Amino acid sequence: MSNITSIRSSFKWQKRIGVILGYIALLALGFFFLFPTIAMIVLSLQPDETTITMDMGSIWMFIPKTISLQNYADVFKRVNFPLAFMNSVIIVGTTIIFGLVVNSLIAYSLARMDWKGRGVVLAFVVALMIIPFEAIAVPLLKVTNWFGWLNSYHIQIIPFVADAFSIFLFYQFFIGIPKELEEAALVDGAGRFRMYWNIIIPLSLPVFATVAILQFIFKWGTLLWPLMVTRGPQYMPLPLAMNTLYGQAPFLWGDRFAFATLMTLPTLTVFLVFQKWFVQSVASTGVKG
Amino acid sequence: MQKKKSNILGWQKTENVLAWIFASPALFFLLLFVVLPFLMAFIFAFTDQRLVPGPNPTAFVGLRNFLRMFSDARFLRAMGNNFLFVIVVVPIQTTMALLLAVLINRKLKFVNIFRTIYFSPVAITMVVVSVVWAFLYEASANGTINQFVHFITFGLIGPQDWLGNYKLAFPAIMLLSIWQGVGFQMVIYLAGLQEIPNSLYEASQIDGANVFQQFFNVTLPLLRNTTIFVVLSTTILAFQLYSQVEVLTRGGPQNATQTMIFYTKVMGFEQGKIGYASAITVVFFLIVLTISFIQRAVMKEERTVK
Repeated sequence: MSNITSIRSSFKWQKRIGVILGYIALLALGFFFLFPTIAMIVLSLQPDETTITMDMGSIWMFIPKTISLQNYADVFKRVNFPLAFMNSVIIVGTTIIFGLVVNSLIAYSLARMDWKGRGVVLAFVVALMIIPFEAIAVPLLKVTNWFGWLNSYHIQIIPFVADAFSIFLFYQFFIGIPKELEEAALVDGAGRFRMYWNIIIPLSLPVFATVAILQFIFKWGTLLWPLMVTRGPQYMPLPLAMNTLYGQAPFLWGDRFAFATLMTLPTLTVFLVFQKWFVQSVASTGVKG
Repeated sequence: MQKKKSNILGWQKTENVLAWIFASPALFFLLLFVVLPFLMAFIFAFTDQRLVPGPNPTAFVGLRNFLRMFSDARFLRAMGNNFLFVIVVVPIQTTMALLLAVLINRKLKFVNIFRTIYFSPVAITMVVVSVVWAFLYEASANGTINQFVHFITFGLIGPQDWLGNYKLAFPAIMLLSIWQGVGFQMVIYLAGLQEIPNSLYEASQIDGANVFQQFFNVTLPLLRNTTIFVVLSTTILAFQLYSQVEVLTRGGPQNATQTMIFYTKVMGFEQGKIGYASAITVVFFLIVLTISFIQRAVMKEERTVK
């Protein structure tokens, strides 16, 4: 009897130590993943560049002695932040919205309609998923050069509207919707477009959100393409503006962090608000793989 | 009867036409902006095509671009670096993602807050991550990482120019890449972990298995498919390494951080040598294709085993 209780209590202790070790690991890793972001935000509020370079190696980095928006005022004089921000919103927003329509329509025809050529088109889309954008960036530059599209919004939007991976995500979701729902509509004499619009879309909001979020994660930070196709600030999106500011004198960490913070806060807020959706979207890329 | 048949035929006809109408916008864009450039890459690769047309017409040059590649030290360095990145980063990032997922999957209080924190770098774009890490890597003795290294080695290792040193620059890029990317794989692993039925752990607990035995005998084997997916998708991402290099080192110092995509950009865009850049692109694509085929073969094998 006493033996059992001693086993029990040792088991309890083991468990308690496990929990404590768990929290130590959680906290240490939490610090590792959080401190660069915190440093960026805190130092963007520190107007004195010498203080920043003095304290960068100590805990004082995280404790602002003075809080001012001077860096933000300075960086607005150097770079047209609102323009770059609007450019990013226009480019990424339009790509996502047109992409949702175009990619879900083809996926609907592949998943729910019976037509000649369906098999070939499906195989074609699946094959295209293997081609990464980087593998076609240079020849695409030449092709869009032929069209005379350089330095514009559309050169950053139109080539990216159709996306094989998005089509595949839609397709996988659509084939899982029960056929009976549409058959009922068919008896009512509803056309294909009305079925897509009134039946499929309302049932498929999760996959629409997933595709939109994944496209947002991939497109918001893209640097290679805008670097090749824009000249000057007029159509320049945020990542390229950040890269340009980083490479330009005067090299002030305060200014850089003010810009970086302004660029990050909107996406970080969206991420925090829609966190569940983000996590689910990312998880869904792996489950079916 | 006759009427009904013609009705069905008519219906099938409209169905065909409608399907093509639904499919055509996406097909049109895919053909024009993916298939066309892709095929052009294979054609350009055998020519001396320039970005801005020169005085001489574009000529067919046979295998010259490909032969040149194998005596081009910068290209070889770039390709070698991509493989090095895979060999170092993929195992570390995959292991770390799995351990993070296991930690987050424990039933501890506040664990959701930590999940958010670990995942948050994914919501920060690579360009910003690069700028912030450039600060941490600052070469002065006051630099954050220099101070940290000084502290943990009791002053044994002095300040380093992390991004300017030939030997340290590429490892420095690897570290920040892991920091930014590991949360993504963690979430994929987390989804895999949550599909493992709890009863399996209870059963092994009754058999007297400890936490480590459970991990190696229950968790790891059941995550096999997830691991294959994570390893291969991280490998393909590793070959696309570009933004960090563009912001921080531009391939330097002395090509220490050169990568295939960065080099393609330098050749094709900066020097206008579309022909040579396309040849590199073709090699890049063949590597990625090989990895994808390996992924499919391994996954299929797994399915037949089950």
